[in-house]
Amino acid sequence: MLIFDRSRRGRAAHAQFPPETGESPTVPDGLLRKTPPALPEVSELDAVRHYTRLSQQNYAIDTQFYPLGSCTMKYNPKACHDLASLPGFLNVHPLGLGRAGQGTLACLYELQEILGEITGMAGVSLACAAGAQGEFAGVAMIRAYHRSRDDSARTEMLVPDAAHGTNPASASMGGFRVREVATDSDGNVDLAALDEAVGPQTAGIMLTNPSTLGVFDRHIQAIADIVHRAGGLLYYDGANLNAIAGKVRPGDMGFDVIHLNLHKTFSTPHGGGGPGAGPVGVNDKLLPFLPLPVAVKEDSCYRMLTETERPHSIGHLITFAGNVGVLLRAYVYVRMLGYEGLKRVAEFSTLNANYLLKKLIEAGFEPAFPQRRAAHEFIVTLKRLAKEHRVTALDFAKRLLDYGVHAPTVYFPLLIPECFLIEPTETESKETLDAFAGAMAAILKEAETEPDRLKSAPHSLPVRRLDEVRAARHPDLAYPSE
Amino acid sequence: MPFIPHTEDDIRDMLAALGAASIEALFDEIPAELRCGALDLPPALKEMEIARLMHARAGRNRPLLCFAGAGAYEHHIPAAVWAVASRGEFYSAYTPYQAEASQGTLQVLYEYQSMMASLTGMDVSNASLYDGATSLAEAVLMAVRTNRKSRSRRILMPKTVHPYYRRVVETIVGSQALELTELPYDIDTGRIDPASLDIHSGTDVAALVIPQVNFFGVLEAVDELTDWACANGALAIALVNPVALALLKPPGEWGKSGADIACGDGQPLGIPLSGGGPYFGFLCCRKAHLHQLPGRLVGRTVDADGRPGFTLTLQAREQHIRRGRATSNICTNQGLMVTAATIYMALLGPEGLRRVALQSHRNTLRLMDGLTAIDGVERVFPGPFFHEAVFRTPRPAREIMDGLAERGILGGYELTREYPELGEAILVCVTETRTQEDIESYARKVASLVIHPGNGS
Repeated sequence: MLIFDRSRRGRAAHAQFPPETGESPTVPDGLLRKTPPALPEVSELDAVRHYTRLSQQNYAIDTQFYPLGSCTMKYNPKACHDLASLPGFLNVHPLGLGRAGQGTLACLYELQEILGEITGMAGVSLACAAGAQGEFAGVAMIRAYHRSRDDSARTEMLVPDAAHGTNPASASMGGFRVREVATDSDGNVDLAALDEAVGPQTAGIMLTNPSTLGVFDRHIQAIADIVHRAGGLLYYDGANLNAIAGKVRPGDMGFDVIHLNLHKTFSTPHGGGGPGAGPVGVNDKLLPFLPLPVAVKEDSCYRMLTETERPHSIGHLITFAGNVGVLLRAYVYVRMLGYEGLKRVAEFSTLNANYLLKKLIEAGFEPAFPQRRAAHEFIVTLKRLAKEHRVTALDFAKRLLDYGVHAPTVYFPLLIPECFLIEPTETESKETLDAFAGAMAAILKEAETEPDRLKSAPHSLPVRRLDEVRAARHPDLAYPSE
Repeated sequence: MPFIPHTEDDIRDMLAALGAASIEALFDEIPAELRCGALDLPPALKEMEIARLMHARAGRNRPLLCFAGAGAYEHHIPAAVWAVASRGEFYSAYTPYQAEASQGTLQVLYEYQSMMASLTGMDVSNASLYDGATSLAEAVLMAVRTNRKSRSRRILMPKTVHPYYRRVVETIVGSQALELTELPYDIDTGRIDPASLDIHSGTDVAALVIPQVNFFGVLEAVDELTDWACANGALAIALVNPVALALLKPPGEWGKSGADIACGDGQPLGIPLSGGGPYFGFLCCRKAHLHQLPGRLVGRTVDADGRPGFTLTLQAREQHIRRGRATSNICTNQGLMVTAATIYMALLGPEGLRRVALQSHRNTLRLMDGLTAIDGVERVFPGPFFHEAVFRTPRPAREIMDGLAERGILGGYELTREYPELGEAILVCVTETRTQEDIESYARKVASLVIHPGNGS
């Protein structure tokens, strides 16, 4: 039932209304609204009950194992939310940040420093609202760098074929032509293909390491050499930093510019799809181009750098200082971890992934890269099942929901047919991993004996499988529908 | 170990299962020379210790009585909004890719899209973007893609659009060969003079941005501007404040045929100021432009038993399918912010939102009456405004702002940097959260700063 169906004319959450003064607006009649918007009219309890019930129709980390590969669905500590929600932080107007937000700015400044140390970068800007915006900023800085050297021939961005879809999309938004680079049979970038692809037209390469295939690219130094020798720059997509935090730094691998996903490695909430935060870091070469604002410390005061101080900055990407509330959560989290805690994130996410992979192999699942160690996530392919039992990875995923587990990422990366990308994260216990492996084994058996159980799954959720074709062919995107 | 559940026994058993001697052995594929040593990070804190630190930091932020707007507005947020939006089931879920296990988030987004479409008078809304400035950038890019009549990629961008928005648009569209032509405003009225568009009539323009209300708080002649766009083959992009739309004519009804795209910042709808974010951007359009609308969309459909349900839809526009040829690189929306905004709009309803808008408007009128009674202080633009207005002082604006801050007030936005032609001008905002006493206090303090400059109290 929609909130609109609960609406009754004249009902209201009266406690929330400013008093009726009987005054009218001093606005010309022609500019006034004639028909009120079709917002629901409900009591406060109606609204609270409606949205509480809706929340109960979600799977979430707080209620379920959520091994969604590439998304790092780890526990979001409650302290991060509580402390970032102190009224002293929430009530600061963005224009008052300098005058009245020194406490907030202190946290932002220290977070910049901490992220710089973790990634091995010379400078960090927290301005970007999400990973994709961080990517755009990174691409724009690469462009600005080449321009500053009057090198206008560099019009092409290299992207491995296994990359996240945002990489090529950000590169084209940044005005580059995208050239894909193939992956070798070990899941590494194909060096011969890379050698062939680079040239005076190469602006840079966008890489995730460990890659989206769940393996660490051992040739990273060779890749860096090839691209740098050709005059290009290396861009690090921080999506998988969880696997190596405190162990290896992108700066030490040869990356010139990076973005981080604080909603992954730094445990800020995913919120049903945002808000995230995608800070960017750069080495000395790219420092002048960092997006604004950037916090600086002078004596014991903090302030944001201005355009006059950073005339070569690529500019502003968001109205104010970025997703400050998200940044405060990440700050609390990383302060609770310290160096030892950060290193343990990489260690235990890697232990959990390798252990779960082992369990699944024992249960009869086929890894995409049996010869490789898993990083913090790994891929199994269900192509044999698909062929023998006419059961797809999607069917398998839907059936997992019946077992009370959120499904792993399906059909990504696109290179591996009928795949599951599985990322357990460090915050899950051995029992949870064993139970997941048990559910996978049980479903495998079902696939062999009663495949229809999978094809018609899920059976125990608020709705059964949804008709997505109908949703796309006859878009019903707003109430009242036609 | 913070947030890691493993016991010594677990670690031993798991390593035994892997045949690995240590956890460290699992990193043996990483070249040794790449490994970093100990990092210089502050020591780990227990929850009690970080709580102490964060309380101290929050205390270091000074609570100023807020009379600033300029893109972020202090409105009352009902306790129920974040009590429900912060529930772990919303807070710790991800993008609803598995629709059957995400009906809660999906239905909220569908309800949000419905509310925004109605508020703006448009056919459809996406599931949100990062913030107001990025929504305007995406609207501009979308207009260029969708306007088949125009080949120019030229956008008319009025100077009455928030300067922060304009600089973001420049950053984002800068690499895409778009031409942003600045449209001047009438210095006497603080709004676009529709006649000033004459020099662009008959030229190829992809879109005209129309802010309502504009950066000065002034109401633009939206009907004439929309009609000009329509007559000249340009799309009309409405940049609007969602609370103002409870009182003002929605973009879908502007001019003879309505605006084509509506965008803006959703922060006024239940989102805390929080130093600048996270907020959310909204983007709505007519059905004809649907396939160029960037960002996530939720649709209502049916399940295998014919029961209604919700799912992400029309994903062929998006980056994870279309990669380099997507409508935008955007992946997430601002899901949690939109959840809060949906609950806010449900609680306020049409009447509550109207009263919030009206009270803010009347309070600003009251403040301007108080300010203009001060000798030497004048209202800069005579026409109607919503809940922001510009006043000029005989003293430097910076001095007034500093003086107000010393007296516990965030006085507004100094216009001297971006709009030097207006003199010592300040943009001030009053919402429903300010009392009569607050308003009188502001006016009194400005009076004292104007009359007794340099006087400490």
